[in-house]
Amino acid sequence: MTATLTGGKPRAVASRGPAPRSRPRRRVAPYLFVLPALLLFAVFKIYPIGRSFVISLHKTVGGSERFVGADNYTRLMGDPLFWTALKNTAVILVVQVPVMLALATGLAVALNSTLLRGRALFRLGFFLPMITGLVAYGIVFSVLLGKDYGLVNWLLGLAGLDPVPWLTDPLWAKVSLGLALTWHYTGYNAVILLARLQTVPAELYDAAAVDGAGAWTSFRHVTLPGLRPALLLTTVLSTIGTLQIFDEPYVLTGGGPDNATLTIGVYLYQNAFKYFDFGYASAIAYALAVLIGILGVIQFRFLGDKS
Amino acid sequence: MTPARHRGRSILLTSGLAIVLAAVLIPFYWLVVAATHSSAEIFDSPPPLLPGGHLAANLHTLQDTAQFGRVVLNSLFIAVIYTLCAGAVCTLAGYGFAKYRFRGREALFGLLMLGLVVPAQVTLVPLFQMMAGLRWLGTYQAVIMPNLALPFGIFLMRQSMAALPDELLDSGRMDGCGELRLFRKVVLPPMKPALAALAIFLFLYQWNDFIWPLIVLRDGATFTVPVALASLQGLDETDYGAILAGTAAAAIPMALVFLALQRHFVSGLLAGAVKE
Repeated sequence: MTATLTGGKPRAVASRGPAPRSRPRRRVAPYLFVLPALLLFAVFKIYPIGRSFVISLHKTVGGSERFVGADNYTRLMGDPLFWTALKNTAVILVVQVPVMLALATGLAVALNSTLLRGRALFRLGFFLPMITGLVAYGIVFSVLLGKDYGLVNWLLGLAGLDPVPWLTDPLWAKVSLGLALTWHYTGYNAVILLARLQTVPAELYDAAAVDGAGAWTSFRHVTLPGLRPALLLTTVLSTIGTLQIFDEPYVLTGGGPDNATLTIGVYLYQNAFKYFDFGYASAIAYALAVLIGILGVIQFRFLGDKS
Repeated sequence: MTPARHRGRSILLTSGLAIVLAAVLIPFYWLVVAATHSSAEIFDSPPPLLPGGHLAANLHTLQDTAQFGRVVLNSLFIAVIYTLCAGAVCTLAGYGFAKYRFRGREALFGLLMLGLVVPAQVTLVPLFQMMAGLRWLGTYQAVIMPNLALPFGIFLMRQSMAALPDELLDSGRMDGCGELRLFRKVVLPPMKPALAALAIFLFLYQWNDFIWPLIVLRDGATFTVPVALASLQGLDETDYGAILAGTAAAAIPMALVFLALQRHFVSGLLAGAVKE
């Protein structure tokens, strides 16, 4: 035993020549550094991703799993509630995300302006909603927007306006959800855009000014092109976030009224952990993943190519 | 532009943005106000606009109905352990990917970054079954373990580590430092600001996480703050005074910690966001 060990070692070193002691260690070192992350990722992410697909091909019948092929997916295509959830999510994506990103762009430009006093303080203030937990702000908003006794309707009353059924009317519930999302994420997106804005050279603005460009023209021809990579990033992040949205509707409206704020995330949760229909929930999850993949590719095509 | 016009515009912009900011911060102010009133007072007309004297009673109710002291300790314990462990995993991996060239580096990093795009919901059911199989349902490790290799954390650390000069590492090696000692003695000390940013991010992420703890935690004794608050909201007679006191108790300290450390946090976060 000892002989093989001592006999084997010098030969291995000799074959590599008189290398410094640390050379072989330097070769394995990187793998050791990334190993914990990769192991954990393989067990808790990659394996479940694969397993989820297998589950989506099964149906739980009386406690045991039965292979049903693509049944769950066929059922999904004909499920009106799934389409409602998809439609609701799409509305948020088409209305709330562009509005929020426009606001964030304006905010970033304002925060970047040398005319603004106390910039650091403003930046911090607008970032604050982002660190508030989803449950916390969901609860606060649900009370603020209460129909008969909420603060917002009371303020509207002072202005002589009728109370708005914020959370109990299908249309207004969507508006409320959009307001909550905008409140939470605009500042965060503005900070990302602001960081990019600060890398746009001041000479470009000076040159535009010399050419007689007004504020709007220099915004269109200097600011927007400069922001493109950051806009791509915020658009993709917001899209992914919106498609997965769960906490806000769960806390704010529970998906109601009349499924007006039922999102894919909430519908998936209901199927998995309310009806314990794991196969169907996994099919929804996979439909969601495919959707995110497709939208991600489209957005990179549209916004990424021209940079 | 004349100085006077310049000054006029400056005041206009600053005061305009201040009004917007005030509107954005109203929910925070109202949270503090509501936390100090009874449920009945909150829904009075007109609603209370200044803090009242009901905070202690609200916290008392919270303790009686949801073992809130225990819940806060659960959240703290989970968030601290998670921050330490995930911080170690992400920092090691970030360093490995940033400062070594090795076979499969790009592919492995790309694989990890896939985790940013694949929706968390895809893994919810299999992870739940895994936790059930391990008999971990209702335990702290069920909450902590699955997200330790957080792709965003690894990404953040790789970006920060890349800024570290190679010469520093080479001179350390020249002095006969082993790779692990090099990491501890040469790499980590100048990384303190980035590590602070990572720690704040991980802590906030875990403190606020909702859906996963909601799924794997079984009873009130192990609940985290968001799960406990959401469960209270679902009750027939919801005591909003108590819930909002709990919400404030959970959100306000976090906001203060964030305000104290924000310099690191925002700059660290931006280092990750912009370079991509």
